[in-house]
Amino acid sequence: MISFVTGRLAQSIIVMLTVGLIAFAMFRFVGDPINNMVGQDTTVEQREQLRESLGLNDPFYEQYLRFAWNALRGEFGQSYFHRRPVSELLVERLPATLELSLVGAGLALLLGVPAGVYTALNRNGIFSNLIMSGSLLGVSIPTFLIGIILILIFGVIWRVLPTFGRGEVIDLGWWTTGFLTVSGLKSLILPSITLALFQLTLIMRLVRAEMLEVLRTDFIKFAKARGILTRSIHFSHALKNSLVPVITITGLQLGSIIAFAIITETVFQWPGMGLLFIQAVLEVDIPVMAAYLVVIGFVFVFINLVVDILYFVVDPRLRADRAASGGH
Amino acid sequence: MSTNTEQTYEAAAKERSGFSDVLRRFLDSDLWFSFRNSPVAIVATTVSIIIVFAAVFAPWLSPTNPFDLAQFDLLDSEIPPVWMADGDPRFLLGTDDQGRDIFSTILYGSRISLLVGFSSVVFAMAIGIPLGLISGYYGGHVDAIIMRIADIQLSFPAILIAFLIDGVARGVLPREVHDEMALYVLVFAIGISGWVQYARTVRGSTMVEKNKEYVQAARVIGIRRGTILMRHILPNVLGPVLVIATIHLALAIITEATLSFLGVGVPVTSPSLGTLIRVGYDFLFSGVWWITIMPGVALIILVLAINLVGDWLRDALNPKLR
Repeated sequence: MISFVTGRLAQSIIVMLTVGLIAFAMFRFVGDPINNMVGQDTTVEQREQLRESLGLNDPFYEQYLRFAWNALRGEFGQSYFHRRPVSELLVERLPATLELSLVGAGLALLLGVPAGVYTALNRNGIFSNLIMSGSLLGVSIPTFLIGIILILIFGVIWRVLPTFGRGEVIDLGWWTTGFLTVSGLKSLILPSITLALFQLTLIMRLVRAEMLEVLRTDFIKFAKARGILTRSIHFSHALKNSLVPVITITGLQLGSIIAFAIITETVFQWPGMGLLFIQAVLEVDIPVMAAYLVVIGFVFVFINLVVDILYFVVDPRLRADRAASGGH
Repeated sequence: MSTNTEQTYEAAAKERSGFSDVLRRFLDSDLWFSFRNSPVAIVATTVSIIIVFAAVFAPWLSPTNPFDLAQFDLLDSEIPPVWMADGDPRFLLGTDDQGRDIFSTILYGSRISLLVGFSSVVFAMAIGIPLGLISGYYGGHVDAIIMRIADIQLSFPAILIAFLIDGVARGVLPREVHDEMALYVLVFAIGISGWVQYARTVRGSTMVEKNKEYVQAARVIGIRRGTILMRHILPNVLGPVLVIATIHLALAIITEATLSFLGVGVPVTSPSLGTLIRVGYDFLFSGVWWITIMPGVALIILVLAINLVGDWLRDALNPKLR
């Protein structure tokens, strides 16, 4: 167990360092930081002075270490475009993205798991086939198109829901929330549905596949033979066993949600980190891009590490395998 | 072996490899049977072929050329599709804000979308299949390293990887160079984000084939390892690759559309369906919905058709379901 954890931890650290290296290389070598920070009137000597004072003439590894150290403390320099510290921008936008992602993920789970269970238990019903065809459609429509169609129906033809922005938000310390206002909640509806749809189809198909797998196993047949109630078999035995991979996949999908949040935030002009990133890419705002890369990289690595360890802890089969092969 | 047997063998071999015989064997096969009996597969494949055909021959099929400034007129702008009240039979799906025929722009746009999609898939295969073969056949440290890299890459969503590569390229290359190279950068970005699936599947199949007798026989005769990989193992592992490639094509087209919609995809000079949707999005709120919805519907039909073909192919080639 310990060796597994340390192994995964070591791998995570290596990945983080690599991500940091890529971010730093981008930061340092793409365009000239000095040119982006000063006006056109600054003389060559002044630029040289600035270069020295910022330590841009130091050897590569020194600059990298300094970058890494700053990154650890949350300092990423100043955005070229917004002319404000990047960390400030990130903190400002984080609540928006987190609220959207959480609601989206919650919706996807809330609707996806029951739908998956239903289609697994009633394999050939009309409703099941409809849901499965719908899921194929859901996978074929790009997220931004779903957003556009929803905006068309609910924002243009029937003007019932707001189509951009977050509505009114309430300040709670450094967190701003849209949950406590009516307009905030209304603004949340369309974007979260857009975000949830793709995840929903994935989760539903996964739950269905897993449950079908489990329902075919011997221990289920044995339970039926013993006369245990069908409902009990389906839920206490089959469902519980199929949930483990679903939980891990959902954890991994959190990364995907963050990526798709970029698209959703752009379509709905939702002021989150995703929109910030897109604007940074279009404006070639390197500090923001590098910071986003590091933060997102950290989130992914962290989630993957937690999910891996959780999976190992929860599934005794993995532990038994490892013990048999000598604990490596 | 007597001369008689040799002659019979040669004659039989020649007979088996003629074109009409290959065709006959195909028509007898399980795959064709499954195709014939699945209405979904037939419709989906037909639709896909029609779209590809229309895209390839767009310059000849399209009623107008949307790139030719002389061919459209501002007075024709924002005409709705032909089935609506103010429609004009000259413009089947309506016109955009500058008077361009939407049907024509969709035809040209599908060209770019399909071009980028196919190229990305081919690129991903070109990286993934060799890596998978090497990883599966040689095993050991090489395998461990390649699979480790694959695992790490899998933990990042493909779209994000494509984003970052495109963003960095945008920053590194000066603007004019970037516009020219944008298509290549895009294909590279989408391709790089998708090689892992191929590598993993090919690796698994290679590891299975490696222990079979025909490979052992080849090694005993002394055939070089590279030749064994290419001529003996590769044809046998390509089945699942086909399924993955079809589904990856759909995904690549969606990814390209998404990137173009966000503005980081193809340059505006060669607009894809995603770019068309983005351009039309601005007009959605004034009620002129067809400029954005029509390319959207075209995109959905294309991707849905490819997905259906991929689904059918996966079930048809799945040994467990036979």
